[in-house]
Amino acid sequence: MRIERRLRQPWWLVVVVPVVSIAVAFVLAAIIFLATGHPPLHHFRRLFDAAFLANGALSDTVVSATPLIFTGLAAAVAFRMNLFNIGGEGQLYFGAIMGAVAGLGLAGAPSPVVIAGMMVGGMVGGMALAAIPAVLRAFFSTNEIITTLMLNYVAALVLDYLIFDSHSYLRDTTGFEAQVFPQGKTLSDEATWSSWTSHGVALPLGFLVAIGVAVLVWGLYNRTRFGFEVQVIGDSARAGRYAGMRTRRKILAVMLLSGAIAGLGGASQDGDFRHQLDPQGLRGANYGYTGIVVAALARYNPFAVVLIAFLLGGLQNAGFALQGADFPNGLVGVLQGLILFCALGGELFVRYRVRFDWLSRKTPASTALEPAP
Amino acid sequence: MLANDHVDFEAAAGEVHALLGENGAGKTTLSNILTGLYRPDEGEILLSGEPVSFHSPRDALDAGIVMVHQHFRLVSPFSVAENVVLGDHRDVGRTFRLHYPDIDRRVGELSERYGLAVDARARIWQLSVGEQQRVEILKALYKDARILILDEPTAVLTPQEADALFGTIRAMAEDGRTVIFISHKLHEVKAVADRVTVLRRGRSVTTVAAAEATPRSMAALMVGREVEIGRPDDGAREVGGAVLELEGVSADGDRGTPALHDVSLTVRSGEIVAIAGVAGNGQRELAEAIAGMRPMTAGSVQVAGRRLRNGDPRQSIKAGVAYVPEDRLGTGVAPGLSVAANVVLKSYREPPVSRGPLLLLRKIRELAEHVIRQYDVRTSGPHVPAWQLSGGNLQKVVLAREFSGEPVVLVAAAPTRGLDVSGIETVHRYLWEAAGRGVGVLLISEDLDEILALADRVAVMYEGAIAGERDADKATVEELGLLMAGGEERGA
Repeated sequence: MRIERRLRQPWWLVVVVPVVSIAVAFVLAAIIFLATGHPPLHHFRRLFDAAFLANGALSDTVVSATPLIFTGLAAAVAFRMNLFNIGGEGQLYFGAIMGAVAGLGLAGAPSPVVIAGMMVGGMVGGMALAAIPAVLRAFFSTNEIITTLMLNYVAALVLDYLIFDSHSYLRDTTGFEAQVFPQGKTLSDEATWSSWTSHGVALPLGFLVAIGVAVLVWGLYNRTRFGFEVQVIGDSARAGRYAGMRTRRKILAVMLLSGAIAGLGGASQDGDFRHQLDPQGLRGANYGYTGIVVAALARYNPFAVVLIAFLLGGLQNAGFALQGADFPNGLVGVLQGLILFCALGGELFVRYRVRFDWLSRKTPASTALEPAP
Repeated sequence: MLANDHVDFEAAAGEVHALLGENGAGKTTLSNILTGLYRPDEGEILLSGEPVSFHSPRDALDAGIVMVHQHFRLVSPFSVAENVVLGDHRDVGRTFRLHYPDIDRRVGELSERYGLAVDARARIWQLSVGEQQRVEILKALYKDARILILDEPTAVLTPQEADALFGTIRAMAEDGRTVIFISHKLHEVKAVADRVTVLRRGRSVTTVAAAEATPRSMAALMVGREVEIGRPDDGAREVGGAVLELEGVSADGDRGTPALHDVSLTVRSGEIVAIAGVAGNGQRELAEAIAGMRPMTAGSVQVAGRRLRNGDPRQSIKAGVAYVPEDRLGTGVAPGLSVAANVVLKSYREPPVSRGPLLLLRKIRELAEHVIRQYDVRTSGPHVPAWQLSGGNLQKVVLAREFSGEPVVLVAAAPTRGLDVSGIETVHRYLWEAAGRGVGVLLISEDLDEILALADRVAVMYEGAIAGERDADKATVEELGLLMAGGEERGA
C-alpha cells in the first residue's frame, strides 16, 4: 500500500471527503458506544434531539456557537494570510476584561451607549494583546505562533490576578460570600446585551453581531483591495512585495483585525451570557483553541465558520444536556474527538490517494537491463 | 487536459535522442511519464522490448531511467559524495554507517571516466552551477542509469561549459547508455543529438536524423510554420536620453553577503542593453535592486532623472519600472491565485480595476479575458489558478501585465527561459516593440544568441560586478564567454 500525491483534484472530492470523514467518525463512535453498552442509533438520535430538536435546544446551541464563531473568524482572518495567530484565547480574555471595564465604567449611561462601549472596549482589548506579536512579527520577523501562544498564558494569569489575587476594580468585594469566593462584579442591567426571540429560538445580540462580522469579513476579503493584498501576500509574500504591497502594514492590520474579532467575542461573553468577568468559565471553555479547529475545518471561509461553529456548538450543548448516569459526558467528548480526528485526517485524501499494490502490480523491477559494464 | 496525445518515439541504446518542442507541447509531461511520476491513460512503454508499467518514480529508477532536472535536487550542506549516494538502496548507501573511502573512490572513478571534473569531498554550496550539474549527472550514473533524461541542461552553463557537457553526453552514449536531451536551442540539438523527435501540441510530429536537419527546418516543424530566426526587424530606432541610470550600486545577497559591487550602468530610451553572465553572478540581485525589492547598501538608481527611494517596490512601479522576474512562479505571480488576479497584480490599486477601496470584479474579469485572447494564453478561463498554467503561458501573463503598464524602463530577466520557438519569437517581438516605443530595455539573459540577436550593448556580469561592456555588433561569443567565466578583460 502506498500513498501518492494526487496530480489532479476532482472537484467533488472537496464535498465527498468531509462527508465520508464524518460518516467514518460516527461508525467508529458506534463501535465505542456498543462496547460500552449504549445502543448507538438510539443515542445518536438523543444527541441530535438534544442539540437541535428538543425544546430550547437550538437556543442553547446558539449560546455555545456564538463565541466559536468569533474565535473561528479571528483565526480564519489571520490564517488566510499565513499569519498563524494562535492567540485567540488570550485575545478573547483581554476582550472580556476590557468589555467588563467598559460595562462597569459606563454604568448609569443609557443601555445602547454601554453596549457600544463594551463592544469597543472588547475590540480594543483584543487588539492591544494582538499588537505585541504583530509588531514583533512585522519588524523583527519573530515567529507569531510562539509569541501568540505564550501570550495566551500571560492573558490567563492576568485574568486570574484581576479576580482572585487582587482587589481590582473588576472584583466584587461587597458581602461575605464575595470575600470567600472571589468573583467579578455583576454588570448592570444596562450592560446586558439585548436578545430577540424568533420561532422559539433566542438570538442574543452577540450572535447577530458574529454573523454580521462574518459577512463583513467575507466582503473585506473578496471585494476589496485590502482583501486582495491579503490573499496575494498569503499566497506568496514575495509576489506581494514584487507588486509593491506594504507587507508590514498588512501584517499589523490583519493581526489587529484578528485580535479585535476575538476581543469582541470576549465582550459578548460579558454582555450576552455571563454578566460579569468570569475567569473560570472563560478559561474552562477553550473558545480560542476550539476556534482554530473551527477555522481549519471551515477552510478559512467565513460562512463555513458560522456553520461549523454551529455544528460543534450543538454537539457541545448536547453533551451538557444529556450528561448523567445513563449518558457519561465522556461519550460526547469521544464523539467530538473522533469527528475532529476524522475530518482533519480526511484532508489527507483530498491531496493524496492510496494505492494498493497487490491489485495492480506487474513486473517493473525485473525488466531492468543488466548493469553497466 | 490532454497533454500527450499518442506520442510515439523510440530511442536506441547508445543514442543521444533530442526531444524538441514548444512549451506546452508535452515534453515535461512525457518525461514525467517516463520517470514514473505520471501514468499514461493509454499506450505503453517498452523497455528493451518488454512492456513496463511504472507506479512510482522508484519503479522507473529500478528500471534504470533517471532524470536530471533543470532545477537541481541536491542537499547543499552535504558533500558531493554524500549527495551521490543519497537514495541509493542497493549498495554502500544502504549500510547504517557510511564508508567514506569507498564512496569517494567510486565517485572518483565515475567522474574520471566521463570527464565530470568535481571534487568528491567538496560541499555542494561551494560549487558553481556547472559543477552542481555534474553532480546531478554523477548521481544518475552512480545509480546505473541506462536511460538519462536531461531537461534543458545547458540553460545554466557558459558556452564553454556546455561544450564540456556535450563531451560527457557523447561519452555516456558511447558506453551504450541512452541520453534523452530536452532543449529549445536548435544548434545544440544539432551539435549533440543523433536523432530528434519533434513534439507539437502533445503529438510527436516526426523523428529525423540530426545530421540532416537544419535549425530552420526543425523550428518550422516545431511551430508548424516558417519562423524568423534572428533580429526581428532591424529598422532604425530612436535612441534618446538616459532613462535608467545606476551609479555605484552595491547590495547584499540572500545570505547577507555582498552580491553586487559598485555596478554602474546606463540604459537610454529606445535602447536594448543586455546583461550577460552565468546564472548566479548577481544578475537577479541587480534586477531586484532596480525594482526596489532589494535594499541597496550603496549607490543609487535613477529612472527618467528621478532618484528612486531605496528598497521601495511601489515607488519603482510608479516611476515606470516594469520587471519580468526570472522566478516567475515564486515572484512574478501568486501561484495559488487566479489568472485574473495575477493580471491585475500591480494595477489593482487604481481605476479601472478598483474604485476607492473596492475591487471591480467584473472589470478584472474582462481585463483578464482580454489578455487571454490577445496573448493567446492557453487556459480554460480567468478563474484558473496560475500554477496550473504551463511555463510559457505563465510567462505570457507576466509579460502582458508588465507591458500593459506603459513602462519607462523594462527589466526582463530570462524572459524566454522555458519558452518554445514561437513563444521566444513573440517575446523578442514585444521587447523590440517596447524599445521602438522609446522604452529603455534591460535584458538579463544567459543565452548569448538571444543577446546578440536583440541587444544594442552587452554588459557581462561576473561575481557581482560588470566585467566588461561591448557594443553588440562588435562582440563575439568567444569573447563574451571568456568574460562570463571571469577571464581578464583585454581592452575595450
